[in-house]
Amino acid sequence: MERYQHRSYFIETPENESPMSKKPNQSGDMTAEPAPYGIETLAIHAGAQPEPVTGARNTPIFQTTSYVFEDAEHAADLFNLQTFGFIYSRLTNPTVAVLEERVATLEGGRAAVCAASGHAAQFLAFFTLLEPGDEFLSSINLYGGSITQFGHSFKRLGWNCHFVDPSDPENFRKALTPKCKAIFIEVLANPGGVVLDLEAIVAIAKDASIPLIVDNTIATPYLCRPMDWGADLIVHSTTKFLSGHGTSMGGALIESGKFDWAKDGKFPTMTEPDPAYHGLTFYETFGDFGFTMKARTVALRDFGPSMSPTNAFYTLTGIETLPLRMDRHVANAVKVAEFLDGHAAVKWVSYAGLKSSPYHQLAEKYLPRGAGSVFTFGLKGGYEAGIKLVESVNLFSHLANVGDTRSLILHPASTTHRQLTDDQREAAGAGPDVIRLSIGLETVDDLLADLDQGMSQAGKK
Amino acid sequence: MSPQPAPPSTETPLHYEDALLRRILKEVKTIAMVGASANWVRPSNFAMKYLQGKGYRVIPVNPGQQGEEILGEMTYANLADIPDQFDMVDIFRASNAAGAIADEAIAVADEKSIKVVWMQLGVRNDAAAERLEEAGLITIMNHCPKIEYGRLFGELRWSGINTGLISSKRPRMRAQ
Ligand SMILES: Cc1ncc(COP(=O)(O)O)c(C=O)c1O
Repeated sequence: MERYQHRSYFIETPENESPMSKKPNQSGDMTAEPAPYGIETLAIHAGAQPEPVTGARNTPIFQTTSYVFEDAEHAADLFNLQTFGFIYSRLTNPTVAVLEERVATLEGGRAAVCAASGHAAQFLAFFTLLEPGDEFLSSINLYGGSITQFGHSFKRLGWNCHFVDPSDPENFRKALTPKCKAIFIEVLANPGGVVLDLEAIVAIAKDASIPLIVDNTIATPYLCRPMDWGADLIVHSTTKFLSGHGTSMGGALIESGKFDWAKDGKFPTMTEPDPAYHGLTFYETFGDFGFTMKARTVALRDFGPSMSPTNAFYTLTGIETLPLRMDRHVANAVKVAEFLDGHAAVKWVSYAGLKSSPYHQLAEKYLPRGAGSVFTFGLKGGYEAGIKLVESVNLFSHLANVGDTRSLILHPASTTHRQLTDDQREAAGAGPDVIRLSIGLETVDDLLADLDQGMSQAGKK
Repeated sequence: MSPQPAPPSTETPLHYEDALLRRILKEVKTIAMVGASANWVRPSNFAMKYLQGKGYRVIPVNPGQQGEEILGEMTYANLADIPDQFDMVDIFRASNAAGAIADEAIAVADEKSIKVVWMQLGVRNDAAAERLEEAGLITIMNHCPKIEYGRLFGELRWSGINTGLISSKRPRMRAQ
């Protein structure tokens, strides 16, 4: 049997390891689903195991570009994707892999690939889905950078995005064309307060046999799990709440494993032999994680936006406290939104956690633990007062990010949504008087006092 | 590794205990792979090569390749023609072909000492499974032994795949 055994060792998982189930199914009945661990447990444990050589309990930062092959045949098998293993950190890295499995688990997905940023993850998703000349639909209520990526840069690659007003889900159905290959939405949208009717949009995507992609950055899997409602792909900017401390850029693309890529020949990139991989057919070979394999071994391999192992480490550490942090982010955001709602200088507040919000019912359905901590409001003093407020606050940081421990403030029209036309800005909820907040984890009374003093300064002529 | 991606099934979902899969993969030594392809980019060839690398002997069964070698192993037209004993049959054929192969396995089970019949990812035939179980054969459907081996023995998660495994235990490195 000598010739079958070119691997020098194998890793044996100890006998008493539990599957993802607290109550092993004794009957041997094939139909029972195991009871899952809670999200707090998964946020800490999913993907990570003590390191076999040293016993290191926390996931080490594997700060290496490359990995020694066992022999020439092992190298060839790895390059052919005939076996699993590490070649080069542009493709896979042990620290990044732990993060990938963790986000896949938290989202209830089958597999994930991480990327250098949220935008890079979006690129990996669309490069794996589309051919030049293809089209897709996107909600207009998006992070401004995504509107620019889809509307301008993707166009140069021959990928055409049609933007849709999501307030009536049927608008997606009306906008569908035969060349549409996907629908992209943010269920809880940046910059603020808008919640989409996920279930209705899932139904439209299913009718059209195209995948629904959800950017779940602002909600996080703690507040909303779009795959439980039928979403097929999820993208994240892990830069935000997942890493959570404003330390590390990153992105993730997660696949549910439930989309049938072969159904009507719409996705030849998945179902036909790939010339970029010696004629391998990804769906047939890798089944329910074929999309992730393709995104990694073609898009990530050939364009190279990999996540660094150090950023993966910071992000893993951040995720361990995601449930705790999100509860506090939400609690603080509710108090700040209520305070602003009752403030004499404030004209309007758009936060789906407020009972007065037109999105409150949708928020209760899709975000039962809270409507996040990113939202917008406008001052009676309009644009001028808004700019002054942004410059007058002392605890809130004036910067272009969300999902930090620190509270953040921004005027989207002049920053994140600057590249858009006036109409696009209005449609995206980033008109001239809009101020965006990302509520952090500070003492909430300090946040209220800071906004109060900022608004009184903004009110002075 | 699937011969044909199956449409999302409306049948009852399948769930097998990890302990059962792990036991099968540890105890089985020799696998007859029905539908093994000589074409090296086909999923069956990938799976065969991987399983060989893990120390299994894989005997290809494929009437079109009868008498030829695949990955160093002689190919046979059917299970009965295989001169040696084997513990497991891995079915790399469409679901509707799996019934006849299952019956073939039942017919030679004692003679060949077959204990397990495993249908690949995308292959499911509930009627065949019932006959196999009645004949005392452990039956797995709609799973890939390569993927399950990788999942249960720590390699699959290197590619960002959700293995569903949670453990605070230190994995042991064992020489083969
Ligand atoms: C909802 C949303 N999606 C995507 C992105 C882009 O992510 P990144 O900055 O990590 O590329 C952002 C960043 O602000 C975002 O808020």
